[in-house]
Amino acid sequence: MSALDSRIGASTPALPEDGIQALHAAHLKRKKRQRLQVFSVQMAILLLFFAFWEIAGRLKWIDVLLFSYPSKVFAQIGKDIASGELWGHLGITVGETVVGFLLGTLLGTLIAVLIWWSPFLSKVLDPYMVVFNSMPKVALGPIFIVMFGAGFLSITVTTLSITVIVTTLVVYNSFCEVDANLIKVVRVFGGTRTQVFSKVILPASFPTIISTLKVNVGMAWVGVIVGEFLVAKMGLGYLIIYGFQVFNFTLVLSSLVIIAVVATGMYQLVVYVERKLLTHRR
Amino acid sequence: MEPVVELKHITHVYVSDREASLALDGLDLRVYPGEFVSLVGPSGCGKTTLLSIIAGLMKPTKGEVLVYGRKVDGPTAEVGYMLQQDYLFPWRTIFENASIGLELTGRLNQEHLARTTALLEEMGLAEARDLYPQQLSGGMRQRVALVRTLTTDPGLLLLDEPFSALDYQTKLQLEDLIAGTLREKNKTAILVTHDLSEAAAVSDRVIVLGSRPGKIRKSFEVPDHIRSARPLLAREQTGFNELFHDIWREMESAADKE
Repeated sequence: MSALDSRIGASTPALPEDGIQALHAAHLKRKKRQRLQVFSVQMAILLLFFAFWEIAGRLKWIDVLLFSYPSKVFAQIGKDIASGELWGHLGITVGETVVGFLLGTLLGTLIAVLIWWSPFLSKVLDPYMVVFNSMPKVALGPIFIVMFGAGFLSITVTTLSITVIVTTLVVYNSFCEVDANLIKVVRVFGGTRTQVFSKVILPASFPTIISTLKVNVGMAWVGVIVGEFLVAKMGLGYLIIYGFQVFNFTLVLSSLVIIAVVATGMYQLVVYVERKLLTHRR
Repeated sequence: MEPVVELKHITHVYVSDREASLALDGLDLRVYPGEFVSLVGPSGCGKTTLLSIIAGLMKPTKGEVLVYGRKVDGPTAEVGYMLQQDYLFPWRTIFENASIGLELTGRLNQEHLARTTALLEEMGLAEARDLYPQQLSGGMRQRVALVRTLTTDPGLLLLDEPFSALDYQTKLQLEDLIAGTLREKNKTAILVTHDLSEAAAVSDRVIVLGSRPGKIRKSFEVPDHIRSARPLLAREQTGFNELFHDIWREMESAADKE
């Protein structure tokens, strides 16, 4: 091919179309192989961990009373499922968590709306928010118990105390960071403050609100488990503290495994909902 | 003829914690129906402030603004405003973006929606109707912004450097489209720009502002044969270069005075 040909974009391309396709196919194959490798190593780590734990337990390398071992733990879970005892505890804990993170996100967002609406209120509340945000909220647990009784309500309130303020701060911040020019678009049509909020501020902050939901799932678990440590007669946190008190660490560990599974499932569910709701966003 | 916009001795002071500074100093201006007026000037001459005051987004410290003979008290649908970028809402489709003005002014009816569709078609955006802004090019997005401004049928359009964020070719095409559309629909327009050749090519009148504080230095009438040509061709008309250089010199001396 002459130099002139290549300059004017000659008719025969340097690489035929099927050659380009082949490159793409090779790329996809490489990607797939890598994914498979990562997954195999992940599974191997998990299996090795459980295998080592099992062997260490059975050969008495570790104190079985304290650390138990996987077959005992899973047998415990199987027994709890079979007897139906697990569902009551699981249901209560999941219920408290769901209420905690949904209500926490909702309340936090509502407070954010309120202080967005009134800059004066926002200035007044600022130092209180800072103090309350800096506080370890679980320290308020005993206060909540005497106020709301030893049960579902005080556990939920403990959870809310953890989720609400963070949500308020994050969501309010995202309200304030909405591009002033987007607001101007509404204002030039004579839009009211209510319209500015409903047409711009809220939809623009929607991704932030959804992502606080994700953070709050984790926070709510902390609140609920701590709450259950303090007062509960039911729930996974109760099982942990009960197992600890009667020195049944198989029960403690089986509760931990269940919490890990359920908390992950809940988190993934929120991630899924987030993806569904935000398909058209950047 | 009654002017569309009448500014009577507009003075504006910006007050901050540090200082109070004079942005506009006793500015008088009349813009007549169907006129296309450009405001040019060095940065800090208060071009955008002036536009915000006419739009009713800001109240002048002193002076009076009349639009269609009525005192301005906040933004209305009679006045359209185009921003420096499209600022389309990423969570709305093109059609939903274009019709937001109707939604805000409570005119979301069959007749107006049909008009919005017609406007989108006119701007070559019929296909894009159900797409989202991020799927469109910069030029297309700014055309959507133009449709959005036109749906409420404003008689006066305020254009705040609407071409500044576009690449050169798109900018020239859009100048043609917007200037042509506004002329055809017999709209009155005030354009703020820092591009002197753009100002000379699209306007009937170019007003040079001096800075700190902003006031009118000089007003240039664009000759008939230049203003009747499309912006792209106007740049090739005889006398265009002379006009450009006259405006340029005036700008230079405005900047020198600082």
